[in-house]
Amino acid sequence: MKFPYSEKVLEHFRNPHNVGNIENPDGKGLEGSQACGDMVAVYIKVNPETKVIEDIKFESYGCASNIATASVITDLARGKTLDEAKKITWKLASEELGGLPPIKAHCSVLAVEGLRSAIRDYEEKHGLVIEKEITTEEVVRSKLKHVMNPLTGLDIIRTNLILKTSIEDGVVRVVVDLPADHQFASAIKEDITEKLGSLWDVKRINVVFTA
Amino acid sequence: MDERVLEAMTPYFFDTYAVATSEFGYSIGIESKEGLERARESIISKLEASSGEVIFTSGDTESSNTVLKGIAWALKEKKGKHIIVSKIEDFSVLNTAKALQKQGFDVTFLDVDAEGFVDIEGLRKAITKETVLVSIQHGNQEIGTVQDLKVISEICEEKDVFLHTDATHSFTRLPLSVKELPIDLITMSAHTIHGPKGIGALFIRKDTQINKFMDGGFQEFNLRAGVENIPGAIGFGKAVELVNEEEIRHLKAMRDRVIDKSLSEIPDVTLNGNRNKRLPQNANLTFHYVEGESIILHMDMKGFAVSTGSACFSRSLESSHVIRGIGGDHERAHGSVRFTFGRYNHMGDADAAIDAMSEIVARLREISPLGRK
Repeated sequence: MKFPYSEKVLEHFRNPHNVGNIENPDGKGLEGSQACGDMVAVYIKVNPETKVIEDIKFESYGCASNIATASVITDLARGKTLDEAKKITWKLASEELGGLPPIKAHCSVLAVEGLRSAIRDYEEKHGLVIEKEITTEEVVRSKLKHVMNPLTGLDIIRTNLILKTSIEDGVVRVVVDLPADHQFASAIKEDITEKLGSLWDVKRINVVFTA
Repeated sequence: MDERVLEAMTPYFFDTYAVATSEFGYSIGIESKEGLERARESIISKLEASSGEVIFTSGDTESSNTVLKGIAWALKEKKGKHIIVSKIEDFSVLNTAKALQKQGFDVTFLDVDAEGFVDIEGLRKAITKETVLVSIQHGNQEIGTVQDLKVISEICEEKDVFLHTDATHSFTRLPLSVKELPIDLITMSAHTIHGPKGIGALFIRKDTQINKFMDGGFQEFNLRAGVENIPGAIGFGKAVELVNEEEIRHLKAMRDRVIDKSLSEIPDVTLNGNRNKRLPQNANLTFHYVEGESIILHMDMKGFAVSTGSACFSRSLESSHVIRGIGGDHERAHGSVRFTFGRYNHMGDADAAIDAMSEIVARLREISPLGRK
């Protein structure tokens, strides 16, 4: 049989590691993509002294690459300190899995975000977060680095898909260098709206296509 | 593909390999032409059409493009620039309509109800003096819903508007007679009935005003330029002849088994489409709390080929427009699975598929954050 995934991905998909939930977790993150409908929940137990992740579990309502990435990322995070675990990226997970199809970046990046949001949840509960940051163009651009360009599997900033961003009175405007009827236009738009919508001081998001 | 189809086609690759010629041509070309006409006759008689009313194309996409563009271009000055299509048409109709929209045509995308039936009153109201074409499919490619073409064709006849129906998934499997129904254009394809890929057909009722879509030679009654795909046409003709009533009953029985078993043996399952007014070969169900691409991959590993409306599976990363068209949300599309049956399936396959589904869905639900009771 011919599958679009590496043996490693298939192995994690067939027998995912760290599946399930943790009762009374120290931190938990639930990330969902409006664009594709996938969801990942990540639960962590953290040693209060050393800040080491002692237990980690995930649940997935997603496709094969979503499940496989969550499986490998929870393996990677186990036994690491929160600060170390924050550095786990989608790219690292993808390398660990022997590569993922670019179009799948989108669903698999959710697992990384789930881990980060579980860590953030822990930090918020334990008073480890600093003041809320005001959204600037720079913040917008860093958020957009988490939106994938399905054509390449790299983010839309790095692939120069974003021509212009601006923010004024809580309204963000993003100009995307794609025609509005492009195959991926609506998926990218939903993704951008979702990523920027989570910023506390953003009221509206206008995604504009060039043609 | 059916082996008998290949057998019928083979001589037209080798012995009778010539391009079809007019009756004044060389004999091998005349033989090719005769084969082509016999194949055409199979389709004509199935539809109860008249000679000269069926042309061969490269498939359903070309047939639908020919209709939408051909009628729009032919009538834009004479009558108007308005076209009506349903929201759940195949992309070959939907995206052609959108392309015409860009060229300045006015397109109405008709709503469908929760089972996929087009809004009949909505259709009646949508037709104006400017309307040149209504395009509503026969059986839906994903959820199998079969439209009431009798009522739809009567409305179009009464309002004097051309009606096209995309019968790619229903042709030969459901009765469709142009003697009984005033349908003006019908799209068909061989690949859905164990015929070869790359060959389709289009019924065009006499006196329908339509422009040529591709320019070139005068083949196919000057409606479709280009050298005819004769082996393909022969294969299509043979495939049409091979469909029989007993086979259709068998398809329906397998379809019903999958639907009934899924609904009774697996919890949290919703049927997509109507229970009875659906294509004989099609079952489509949503297995809640799990994702379709994961299901497909697990099914593939067990030797079953099924399909899904999940965004994760689609080439555009968008969930099925059909499931969204019937009012379903992302979630409904996410876990939707389509089972399609063919001539070579047995009842045992339907049972085995659902046993496999039952196990896969249970496993995936174990790892899903949703649906915990």
